[in-house]
Amino acid sequence: MAPLAELGSSPQAMAPAWFSVRRVRPELADTVTIDLVPPRGAFTFAPGQFTMLSVFGIGEIPISISGDPAETATLTQTVRAVGAVSTAVVGLRAGDLVGVRGPFGSSWPVTHARGRDVVIVAGGIGLAPIRPTICAVLAERDRFNRVAILYGARSPNDLLFTDDLATWRARFDLEVLVTVDSAGRGWHGGVGVVTKLIDRAPFDPARTTAFVCGPEVMMRFSAERLMTAGVPARDINVSMERNMQCGIGLCGHCQFGPTFVCKDGPVYRWSDIAPLLAVRET
Amino acid sequence: MTTLAEILGTHPFFFGMRPEHLDIIARCATPADFGTGKTIFTAGDEADACYLLLDGDVALELVAPGQGPHVIETLHSGEIFGWSWLVEPYRWMFDAQALTEVRAIRFDAKCLWAAKEADPQLGFDLLRRFVAVIVDRMQAARMQLMDIYGAPR
Repeated sequence: MAPLAELGSSPQAMAPAWFSVRRVRPELADTVTIDLVPPRGAFTFAPGQFTMLSVFGIGEIPISISGDPAETATLTQTVRAVGAVSTAVVGLRAGDLVGVRGPFGSSWPVTHARGRDVVIVAGGIGLAPIRPTICAVLAERDRFNRVAILYGARSPNDLLFTDDLATWRARFDLEVLVTVDSAGRGWHGGVGVVTKLIDRAPFDPARTTAFVCGPEVMMRFSAERLMTAGVPARDINVSMERNMQCGIGLCGHCQFGPTFVCKDGPVYRWSDIAPLLAVRET
Repeated sequence: MTTLAEILGTHPFFFGMRPEHLDIIARCATPADFGTGKTIFTAGDEADACYLLLDGDVALELVAPGQGPHVIETLHSGEIFGWSWLVEPYRWMFDAQALTEVRAIRFDAKCLWAAKEADPQLGFDLLRRFVAVIVDRMQAARMQLMDIYGAPR
């Protein structure tokens, strides 16, 4: 077996560092954003990467990073309570300690998108892993052509980062379209699936880089819609989720065809991952 | 001067349609404007038209007994809506309400039916285009039914 160094991982990849919780912000009924203070003062990552977050005595889970990559003094992560560990994370309070390993995995190819149109499609809590990309693009907005953020959620009450959405919408150099799957008459925004927003976004398909993040079904339909619009599969990027455990491609839990999602992903080109998604699991 | 048929021919829905067919369809068309909050059609009424939305937003709503209106889908500039005129019982299935000032083209259903029956090629072409819209909406409805953003089960 190859040593860890050959796998591109630091020797400490399996040993968590203990971060203290600075702040917990409620986002939705079951979702919070937590700001963590790194023990050595700085934490750097690339948009799209994730960490393995552990709560002592309960367990460890992979969590994508939702903060601004330029803010290295804080590690910001958005967590939805769906299991024992994530429920414990959602219940953390300022001053608590959590274990952090990483960052791990591939990142969104933001620099590749310079000089091109950018289409960001997010569904549900998928806006969290893609938020650092939005921050990175906005930090050097002049280097990109048209930028569109397309976001779909279950209902108006399930929209994530509503303050950010309002800020982004107020900009004249961004096209921000939001839709929900279901709403009452009090909602003045769009209703319908997020894939339909692709038809309304302004972009030149031959010169577009797309970043898509959300449930797999949503990503599949979004990629197909983007390709119907003329965006080549190689210019569409998606973020996959599997059972990541070691984070460095050793344990094999997240194996997906010939790849390990924790090491080769979570961000993949659609042209690379689509054939694997078409394989039926029995 | 640009004719209505030429304008229709540039719209994605009608793109590529034969000019003589566009002329016939243009004769079924009239401008239709609706103020914000105005009802465009009501579920249960005779489906006597379809609409090409030129400008503005429209909500398709379902009203359930004991509940307020539930927005099924919002439609935006460039979309075509209303296909109940194509299938029995030729009644609207949902309410359509203007969310903003709406500028649209209304196509009279009786006129379209007469055109379809007089020229089966036109009828086939029109139906083919509507089927694409219907399939798109059906796929979207299936995605909504899957509740893909809900908590994992």
